[in-house]
Amino acid sequence: MANADCIVIQGSNMAECHPVGYQWVTEAKARGAKVIHVDPRFTRTSAVADKHVPIRAGSDIVLLGALINHVISNDLWFKEYVLAYTNAATLVGEDFRDTEDLDGLFSGFEPETGHYNLASWAYERKSEESDGHGHEHGADTAARAAGDQYGSGGPPLGRPDFEQDLTLEHPRTVFQILKRHYSRYTPEMVRDACGISLEDFDYLARAVTENSGRERTTCFAYAVGWTQHTVGAQYIRTAAILQLLLGNVGRPGGGIMALRGHASIQGSTDIPTLFNLLPGYLPMPKAGIETLREYCDGIASPEQKGYWADADAYTISLLKAWWGDAANEDSDWGYGYLPRINGPHGTYQTVMSMLDDEVEGYFIFGQNPAVGSANGRMQRLGMSHLKWLVVRDLNLIESATWWKDGPEIASGELRTEDIGTEVFFLPAATHVEKAGSFTQTQRLLQWRHQAVRPPGDCQSELQFFYELGKRLRAKLADSTDERDRPLLDLTWDYPTDEQGEPDGEAVLAEINGRHLTGPKAGQPLSSYTEMRPDGSTSGGCWIYTGVYADGINHAADRKPGQEQGPVASEWGWAWPANRRILYNRASADPEGKPWSERKKYMWWDQERNRWTGEDVPDFPLDRAPGSRPDISVGGAAALAGDDPFIMQADGKGWLFAPKGMVDGPLPTHYEPQESPVANPLYRQQQNPARLIYPREDNLSAPSAGTRGSDIYPYVFTTYRLTEHHTAGGMSRWLPYLSELQPEMFCEVSPELAAERGLEPYGWATIVSPRAAIEARVLVTERVRPLVVGGRTLHQIGLPYHWGVGGDAVVSGDAANDLLGVTLDPNVQIQESKAGSCDIIPGRRPQGPELLSLVADYQARAGVTPETGSDKVTDPKPVLGDGSTREG
Amino acid sequence: MNKLTEAPGHIPHTGHPRKGFFTDTSICIGCKACEVACKEWNRNPHNSEYELLESSYDNTGALGADTWRHVAFIEQDREHIEKARDSGRALVSLGMPGLGPPGNSDAAGKPSGVDTTPPETPDFRWLMSSDVCKHCTNAGCLDVCPTGALFRTEHGTVVVQDDVCNGCGTCVAGCPFGVIERRSDGTAGVKAERDFTPGEQAPTRNVGVAQKCTLCYDRMVDGQTPACAQACPTTSIKYGEREELVSTARQRVAELHAQGLTEARLYGANDADGVGGTGSVFLLLDEPEVYGLPPDPRVPTADLPRMFKRAGIAAAGMLAATAAAFLAGGRR
Repeated sequence: MANADCIVIQGSNMAECHPVGYQWVTEAKARGAKVIHVDPRFTRTSAVADKHVPIRAGSDIVLLGALINHVISNDLWFKEYVLAYTNAATLVGEDFRDTEDLDGLFSGFEPETGHYNLASWAYERKSEESDGHGHEHGADTAARAAGDQYGSGGPPLGRPDFEQDLTLEHPRTVFQILKRHYSRYTPEMVRDACGISLEDFDYLARAVTENSGRERTTCFAYAVGWTQHTVGAQYIRTAAILQLLLGNVGRPGGGIMALRGHASIQGSTDIPTLFNLLPGYLPMPKAGIETLREYCDGIASPEQKGYWADADAYTISLLKAWWGDAANEDSDWGYGYLPRINGPHGTYQTVMSMLDDEVEGYFIFGQNPAVGSANGRMQRLGMSHLKWLVVRDLNLIESATWWKDGPEIASGELRTEDIGTEVFFLPAATHVEKAGSFTQTQRLLQWRHQAVRPPGDCQSELQFFYELGKRLRAKLADSTDERDRPLLDLTWDYPTDEQGEPDGEAVLAEINGRHLTGPKAGQPLSSYTEMRPDGSTSGGCWIYTGVYADGINHAADRKPGQEQGPVASEWGWAWPANRRILYNRASADPEGKPWSERKKYMWWDQERNRWTGEDVPDFPLDRAPGSRPDISVGGAAALAGDDPFIMQADGKGWLFAPKGMVDGPLPTHYEPQESPVANPLYRQQQNPARLIYPREDNLSAPSAGTRGSDIYPYVFTTYRLTEHHTAGGMSRWLPYLSELQPEMFCEVSPELAAERGLEPYGWATIVSPRAAIEARVLVTERVRPLVVGGRTLHQIGLPYHWGVGGDAVVSGDAANDLLGVTLDPNVQIQESKAGSCDIIPGRRPQGPELLSLVADYQARAGVTPETGSDKVTDPKPVLGDGSTREG
Repeated sequence: MNKLTEAPGHIPHTGHPRKGFFTDTSICIGCKACEVACKEWNRNPHNSEYELLESSYDNTGALGADTWRHVAFIEQDREHIEKARDSGRALVSLGMPGLGPPGNSDAAGKPSGVDTTPPETPDFRWLMSSDVCKHCTNAGCLDVCPTGALFRTEHGTVVVQDDVCNGCGTCVAGCPFGVIERRSDGTAGVKAERDFTPGEQAPTRNVGVAQKCTLCYDRMVDGQTPACAQACPTTSIKYGEREELVSTARQRVAELHAQGLTEARLYGANDADGVGGTGSVFLLLDEPEVYGLPPDPRVPTADLPRMFKRAGIAAAGMLAATAAAFLAGGRR
């Protein structure tokens, strides 16, 4: 980021939520970069940016789509880059229909299931045969749990033998489809949908385009302000399209920065805690996929380009790391030991299963769902159905105390003596009390040494899980039951110190992987390219291979920045292969020369016949720029010299995604599940493929134009403050942090305060169809009313750090109680960044009266589980008086 | 200069360069890491009823016995920004000492590629500034301390010796910035260690004696950076030799002015001000009053000679009158 000439921070409050990473924005600004913050509120990020552009929560695709339209229609795209490195010239099949043709739907939508059949989104093949292995190009993948199971790669496409038109004139080229798709995303549409003035749009468009091209680069930074929507994954896709058109991917100062990595959030998806992934973004096997061959074919076709074609080597090495000798050719490498999924088993589905008494026990680690998850009431009531609950945390968080002092005890919905859940609290060691690695937002692993021993009974996760495994294995030692084999056959032996703490470096070495046979047997692998699908290598997470190369813990590399070059390769270790910028082949032109001296990064060294530069090349080292290998060889060997996107099946950056996204090949603006604004672009109001859970305990507010929408007239959005950490488990128990932000508050504009009679620093009650909470009122010009579609729209800001309980230094109502559960279909994330509510002065009622208040609002708005549950918006026209669209 | 205030030549002494802070508020992100790092390192008690202070995002209020770094938050509209821009520009045309020679900025200060067209005035801004003890050249607190608990360190900073201070409080009135304060015992200490026993607190240290920033004297003598500067993620707080910091600060002001941000100005860099300049120098984006800083700080002892002179004259007059009375009486 320090190398960027322009930084657009959107969907992120970076200075507040990633203050340490923000040093690189400060650095870029000191070097002359322009910093623009697009956000519903003026935050501490806006305060240090060159410009703040206020936006309506949930309308970002309109803005980004308008930038795409601006770039295409004013001919500002980076032609050489787009032609060579993206799929702009590829032809899409004749059956594809755009949202422009179908009023907000793409071709392939099946109203009965609410899913898309992806067949019509496919590229046009040169020949009809292809696909010898029965790969599912064009087949229905809608039933897949999530699009992210393809990880950093794309889905299998079979042989990348597609029709192209390099003049980009054919109406079915990706470029022409893209151009048409965004043609109505105009500055005027931005004004009407986002509440952004024409001047502000012009400023943003100029800043981005003037700082892109050969000489300059622009980067985008986002966080959960983009992801936590029912079209969240498509927000990021929109930015990816824009950045590809401008040539800002794979180059210094370019890219789209996904800001994450608190504690080790990045690490927890690399080596995942997610239901649908195995380490290294390998998918979790689905029920019915019986053999390893079948499983690997579902990840990548051996005929396609790039490194996913070697998924079998990564998977078998993983199975060897887990099950050692028990993973052999005869046991299908232990594939049968892996659990299978038969649908989405995410956190929200699990909670609903709890309410149906289908879940007996629950472990909670480093999470405080009673406060931090959407629809907190559903979370707490779900836990009250469990037989047992284990909470491992630093403090007695609300998820461990809801049974005695939670909001439902106060409202009378639960009585402590009626709750059968047995709750165990196990104290956890903090990050300074244990050694291990953090993986931060740049994919950088940094080793953390133990500073002090954990006090009392506090344990590290490593020790806890190692001990738990040992005890379970001891209990099952005599079992002959087939289902216990996976546990008994695990390689479960780590060196421990005198306190019983396993050696974290031994685990890191196992993750890195080693040679198992041959002359190098026992030695650590130095790169994932050494992994083989024949059982001769092991490795717990292929993308981490190399972190322990030569037996050295490179995560602990700590050479000061001033003692090394600008890329600082000797500080920590970045996956994959210690590469700091992904797809960096694109930092050179198709001939292998840097695009410009100013943005020089990687280039082809003619004399030494290899790629070289500041970083580790993200390309086959000796693949010359002009090479055109026979594509039938498949895999990395099939990558042409100008295929920088080495994880994509065709080696190109995807403007149009023929597969991989379950809700559209191109991002399209849909309104949030709850919105007081009618979709200005299509009749289709919400994402038709969103996941909805219409239940009495998860009601949705009516959308614009339907009865009752005026009962919840305001938009609320939730967020964090610098002073606290997420649901507060690590901050609300600390006096030094608690005193800095002691009380739950809401942020409203002076205009809304006047409209509703809210007193500065007085109390207000905020009501949604799920709950009512109270908060102190911060009246501030940092929140301003927007004019959207010709009328004034108010937004309310709600930090979500506080929760109701008796143990923390500071407590308060939880903003997440207001949220409903409606999910993005690609990644199962909840829509927390835009919802509908009302706000009234004064504190909320206590006890059962609180429930009456919520019920009264529901009755007045006429909400039922059916409200907002139409996947396809009713085609009946909106009546002129806006009175009904409902039957 | 007066006789009570230390001799002008006292800084530097013992061969150490004078150390200080340069707090550049133009890159402060208001994260308050400085406040927390300071309290952690110095084991200061928190000082709060855990209620909103009703002052934007500021909930610690001011510098005091327990809060030695304090971040102020000021929300301003367009009118204020324009005024600040004008007043800053006026300081330049008056030849404010905070600015280096005009040609200098292009040569050294200005990074390449900087857009030098003056930006349009934004509609709104949110100022954040981390305040701290000024470690004055002529320190009022030190001047008036009757016990010698306050002393000038070899690094030119001003520090309280907790075990010498008798808690008389004279220094509290002696500080023109309202920085130093006696620690009351009404505050709760922090937990000494994590023990899972809620409510158990470590005893508060140094109750009743004067407390303020030491510029982390204990870290400094080990060659370490003060806790606040170490924790600052954006280098808004810089620590180093005062002379170098002042020249960095002047360059930075020139840089901002070149970009049209004429609201930038320095505070504490003028050695001719009422406290002889401060060890902690600030780059502000508005008048000092806006941040709660005195516009023209003046060490109270500066007035002592004049006061003594007047008192002397008065005493002499009294003596003369008395003598005259006796003389007159004697004649009767």
